[in-house]
Parts: sequence; structure tokens; C-alpha cells
Amino acid sequence: MFDLSPADWTAVELSLRIAIVATACALPFGLAIGWLLARKQFWGKTLLNGLVFLPLVLPPVVTGYLLLIWFGRRGPIGEFLYNTFGIVLSFRWTGAALSCGVMGFPLMVRPIRLALEAIDKKLEDAAATLGANQFLVFLTITLPLALPGVIAGALLCFARALGEFGATITFVSNIPGETQTISAAIYTLTQVPGGDAAAGRLVMVAIALALAALIASEWVARRATIRFHGD
Amino acid sequence: MLAVDVEKQLGALKLSVRFQAERGATALFGPSGAGKTSVVNMIAGLLVPDRGAITLDDVVLFEAAKAIDVPPHRRRIGYVFQEGRLFPHLSVRQNLDYGRRMSRQPRDAGEFDRIAALLDIGPLLDRRPGKLSGGERQRVAVGRALLMRPLLLLLDEPLASLDAGHKREILPYLVRLRDDAGIPIVYVSHTPAEVRRIATTVVRLDDGRVVAAGGIELLKDAETDSLA
Repeated sequence: MFDLSPADWTAVELSLRIAIVATACALPFGLAIGWLLARKQFWGKTLLNGLVFLPLVLPPVVTGYLLLIWFGRRGPIGEFLYNTFGIVLSFRWTGAALSCGVMGFPLMVRPIRLALEAIDKKLEDAAATLGANQFLVFLTITLPLALPGVIAGALLCFARALGEFGATITFVSNIPGETQTISAAIYTLTQVPGGDAAAGRLVMVAIALALAALIASEWVARRATIRFHGD
Repeated sequence: MLAVDVEKQLGALKLSVRFQAERGATALFGPSGAGKTSVVNMIAGLLVPDRGAITLDDVVLFEAAKAIDVPPHRRRIGYVFQEGRLFPHLSVRQNLDYGRRMSRQPRDAGEFDRIAALLDIGPLLDRRPGKLSGGERQRVAVGRALLMRPLLLLLDEPLASLDAGHKREILPYLVRLRDDAGIPIVYVSHTPAEVRRIATTVVRLDDGRVVAAGGIELLKDAETDSLA
């Protein structure tokens, strides 16, 4: 069914690597910001909420362009990262992971926030009276109870990252073997004569991966719900 | 000995409460809305008073004037809530063990078995809280609070959410607890019959103030309503 060329496999492997790294790096931030939005009242909360959801409503090209300006080698953050840690993001797969993480972030934060809001704070109070400090309360009560939402958020972010196109191609271009993901490879193939067959194969892969992610998210969420709430 | 002297504005209610609780069981008794639960929340550290002080066995838990406020997880005060508040994602055994694990005390099988026997919760250990009856849930909640080895035990209407049968089921355990565990108890209730069974001292609250304190003779004979 998937009679893929080595170049196709490279794109598939790269897409998976970028999506996994993007999701893993976004998760701690997603938890922190989801928790802030769910639990704390502070000045600028509406603004923070807006900023988090901005990539969802902005044209992806705009997000990619802003990333290029800020995280490019001469951008303020990119220059700092290069001079301090030697990290280069522009035109590298790591940059693709950044843009995919940013694009998937709103989809990750929302289920986490909702799951945290649904937790009975009284259970956390009870844990505190039993000797658990704030960190332990989060680790042993809040996080396990919110786990279905956290998993749902992570999988949504992963699925979004897997398919990201506009912001990524704007920020890190379309370099085979470095930043050419499945989406970018399909786009390239549609631009050359006779590329339809190869594009069709990658389209099948993209559909299969998306379906697998959806089914996995359903399954994991159901398992977590059974495990943590009886049935 | 527990000494409470606190003030707090709670919406329209001005809470101003002062009492002391010795060994045995002290009942905070009064109508709904008198501020009883707020007082125990302050003792537990879940609610911060505006003014005053709370001390337990010469340890200052709260003192507004000196900005002392020991956080709840360092107070070692067992709290049995009205609605149990068992952790739904943990088994009964893990719920019972929670306090010991969080304070990193070594496992004490003898203590565990003794309290499980005292409260008859041995057969429930591997179940989830969702599979327990109301009475079983409250017994586990009492066991969980006891197993953290508290210096003081707060019971906030532990029978309020139970029907008459379950109340009769759990009351003897609480009496046994008062006599055997040797931990001072603060017991919140608005039911005279319950208070009469359990309390050794009564502090009567109304509209945010202590209106009387003394022995159980404070409960007038007129208030002989049944447990149901």
C-alpha cells in the first residue's frame, strides 16, 4: 500500500520527529499556562489567553513570519540563543519543531485548562490537610485527575504539528532532509510534472497517521478515564 | 490544648469566635450558617482569619499580629469533611496511606491494621471510593485522617450526608474513636442527639459568635430531636 521512496521515508520520519519534539517541548508550557488560566486571577489574564490562542486565528504565514523575525539568526531571540547556547533554529528541523509547537499550542492548552477547571478544589484542600505540599498536591491529585484532558491536549497538538504547513515553510523553508515534512513534500510534488503518484502515496500516509492519532487519543482518554474514575 | 481566638468577615456574617478545647471531644454546635465550618477551616489552615490567633499545644499555628500562618500541610491536623472527599483515582488502601506517604513516615503495618479494624474497613481496601456506600466512605475518611497521626482531629458534620441507618452505623465508631484514639476531637454538628452521644464539651455558636460553652447539659431538653 505504501510503496515509498527513500526520500518519502525521510519526510515521514522527519514529520514524526518534529511533531514528537514539538509536543514534548510544548507540554510543560501547556501545563503551566493551562494551570495559570484555570486557577489564578491576575492582571493581563485576558491578554495571555488571547496570545495563546492567536496562532489559531492568525494566518499561519503571519505566525511563521513573526517567528522568522524573532527567532532567525539576526532576530532578537534567535541571536541570543545562538550567542548563548549555539542553538540555530532558522532553516533547521528544530525550527520546524518550534513553529509546529507554537501552532499546536492553543489546541493543547484548551483541554488542559478545561480538565483543570473541572477538578474539585476541595480534593486538593483535603490532600493539603494530609500533609502534601503544593507541588505534591499537583503531582498526586491534580495531574492524575486531569490526565485525560492532558492526553487529549497533547494528542491534538501532535496531530496539528504533524500537518503544519504555512508557518513552518515560512520560517524554515522546504529543505529535503532537514525541514521538508510530509506536507511540504506533497506541496513540492504537486508543483512538478508527474509528481501525482508520489504525492498520492504521501497523502495516504498522512491520512493513515491522522487516523491513528485520532484513534489513539480516543483509546488513551478512555483508558485514563476508567483507570482514574472507576468506570 | 487547642486555643482559638479569631475574627473574620464572611460576606454579611461577622465571625468572632473564642474558645478552648481540651482532651476529649469538643462539639461546635449551632444552626446552619452560624460559621461552624469556617471555624474548623481556619483551624486546619484552609481559611485565613482577618485577626486573632490559633494555638495547639503551645505551638502557634496562626497569629495575625506576628504574620504567622503555618500552611495546612505542616499543621498535622486530621480533617474529616462532610462529604468525605476521598480521592477518586486511588484505592481505599492508597487513600488511607496518603497522609503517611506525603509526610514520608515509614510504613507501620500494626497501626494500619489497628485502625482498619477499629473502623471495620479491612474488606474495602482494594475498592475504589466510587464503589463504597456513604457510611463506608465516611469510615474510610476517618481512617485516612487518623493514619496521618494527627495532633488534633476535626470532624465537620461527618454524618450529615448519611441517611438514618448509616448514621446509626457510624456513630459507635466515633464514640470508640473518642475513647480509644486519645486524640482531641473538634466535632461540628447542628444535631443535638449526635452531639449528646459524642461530645464531652459543647461550644455553642450562633450568628458567628460563641453564645455558650460548657458541658453537654448546655443542650436543652427541648432539643431532643431524633438522629433521623
